[in-house]
Amino acid sequence: MAQIIIKNVRKEFGNFTAVKESSFTIEDGEFFMLLGPSGCGKTTTLRMIAGLELPTSGEIYLDGEEISQKPPSQRDIAFVFQMFALYPHMNVRKNLSYPLVSQGMARRDVRAKVDEVAGILGIRDILNRPVGGLSGGDRQRVALGRAIVRDPKAFMMDEPLGALDAEFREHMSEELRALHDRMGATTVYVTHDQLEAMQMGDKIVVMNNAVVEQFGTPQEIYDTPATMFVADFIGSPSMNFLDFSGSLAPGADTVDLGGQHHAVPTQREEASGDLVFGVRPEHVRLTDAGAYRGEVLATEYLGTTQIITLDTPNGELKARTDSAQIAKVGETVGLTFEGPKITLFDKASGQALRSELNEKVLAHG
Amino acid sequence: MSSFSVTEPTQRTKWVSGTLVIIYALVTMLPLAWIMLTGFKSPADAISYPPKVIFDPTLEGYVNLFTTRTRQTDEFLAANPPETWYEEIVREYDMVIAGPSKFGERFLNSVIIGFGSTFLSIVLGTLAAYAFSRFKIPLADDLLFFILSTRMMPPIAVAIPIFLMYRQLGLSDTHLGMILLYTAVNISLAVWLLKGFIDEIPREYEEAALIDGYTRFQAFYKVVLPQAATGIASTAIFCLIFAWNEYAFAVLLTSGTAQTAPPFIPTIIGVGGLDWPAVAAGATIFLLPVMIFTILLRKHLLRGITFGAVRK
Repeated sequence: MAQIIIKNVRKEFGNFTAVKESSFTIEDGEFFMLLGPSGCGKTTTLRMIAGLELPTSGEIYLDGEEISQKPPSQRDIAFVFQMFALYPHMNVRKNLSYPLVSQGMARRDVRAKVDEVAGILGIRDILNRPVGGLSGGDRQRVALGRAIVRDPKAFMMDEPLGALDAEFREHMSEELRALHDRMGATTVYVTHDQLEAMQMGDKIVVMNNAVVEQFGTPQEIYDTPATMFVADFIGSPSMNFLDFSGSLAPGADTVDLGGQHHAVPTQREEASGDLVFGVRPEHVRLTDAGAYRGEVLATEYLGTTQIITLDTPNGELKARTDSAQIAKVGETVGLTFEGPKITLFDKASGQALRSELNEKVLAHG
Repeated sequence: MSSFSVTEPTQRTKWVSGTLVIIYALVTMLPLAWIMLTGFKSPADAISYPPKVIFDPTLEGYVNLFTTRTRQTDEFLAANPPETWYEEIVREYDMVIAGPSKFGERFLNSVIIGFGSTFLSIVLGTLAAYAFSRFKIPLADDLLFFILSTRMMPPIAVAIPIFLMYRQLGLSDTHLGMILLYTAVNISLAVWLLKGFIDEIPREYEEAALIDGYTRFQAFYKVVLPQAATGIASTAIFCLIFAWNEYAFAVLLTSGTAQTAPPFIPTIIGVGGLDWPAVAAGATIFLLPVMIFTILLRKHLLRGITFGAVRK
């Protein structure tokens, strides 16, 4: 069980910078998600924590001890690979025993420990099978078993559900989360699937282009995105961005959009020029009373809700409404926005403007 | 109309392909069969015309291969009746066995040099291939091309420089010299073949072993090597076949202590006339080790040839 501190870690491969000075803290026992699109540096970050890559600069602390230049065997961190990487020439029991044998554990203790872990994961009956013929789920369990069998300080998981089919993924993610809650071990989990990150994570780091964009709980990241990238990456459909230009003084609580005043959380900083009005689809209301008008372009029925695509003076917009709401394609409807949930961004930098809503989150992020 | 499946060949296809395979097998195996039969013929049967397919088998060729013989007077022969079956065979020609021939020694030389150089090529080749496959090596592509380029000319083209060099270094007619020479020729093949095989092994296996508390070398030894067994086996067969059959360098660089079987076998002809059965017997025995080695490793070889065709 351990706290992991990442401090100004940077990784270069030749001329390519995979991770730029990144810092964040993973608390003891947390289920921590590293989220981002492919090539954003999340896997490299994970591999640096595990010791499979050495950082170019910066420090990594595991339980207060600086480990960034140590070989993986001296870190006591387990790793679950995306393709499982079970040793193909060994059977399940040997795979599970392998990390214990390297520590020089007595054969009888190894046997007992492997049986115990196999019991937890429900794979006792396949212990003597070769790994070649196992189903995806069983391989996943064996890979997990190999990680937990030696009680490491922390687990690293590199898209462990990526190789499973959609149906089984759901089931396995629940199993994983339950396993984590039972063991309480610090877990760092890499994924590009924002839904998975939101479902499973205690904390999320969103990375893009080798940079940490935001770091916080799933709610913080969803409700108060620090950058336009995060706002766009998290949520499906993603946050709507309506472009406008204007100037804001600290204390302002409305913005002028398409000739109409719209309420926003009280602003804490000054801004002017090209700005962006960010609103989640579920914070858009269709009402006849709304003076801000939009034309319905399309509707998608999703059961309890529907997604309505609208054309507005400030750009295209998606609204998530109750499916009982009637919207006909071609119709023009009035729109209102839930003022306290709005985030404003500076268009050029992509950064969120500080307001009553997000000032606490942005302060530590 | 009958229905056809894509995977199931028709009766006619089976017949045609079967016949072609049999014809090909006959064409390639006939000379071998002829050599093996000749080994059991008497010298007269061996050169009879038309050739004899049915004959009285005799071990004369094998006895002649392994022994040196001298002609003796009738008195000597009468005073010393033959004691063993092979002595009896020799007596038919009024000869006695004077001692063992050099074939055993030469054959042993072939075994030492062939397997020694194969072993060395595989050890060096596997390590080099692993390094090329896994580590960032400056100028890796150029180095690999350089390694391959050593095979772009026939090795015998450098025979004279090597001959002079070996004479200076005292490597002429030594086991070490021949092992080094065959290793040098085989190593490029070994590096290239093995690199292909090792490239196919996902790095995650080693990384998993590193995480599990093993050193880089232990990970290589315990995880990569078993995975590469197929590639190593097929590469070893190729290396052994080359080293085993090599003739030109063997003629040039060996004459006594380190002479291998290929240059020795033809010299049998000169001993006591054209002794074709003895030559054929020598060739038959000479073929056996590579045959046995290949049969032992054939499972790996078959998998090796089709390796990489199917992704996991």
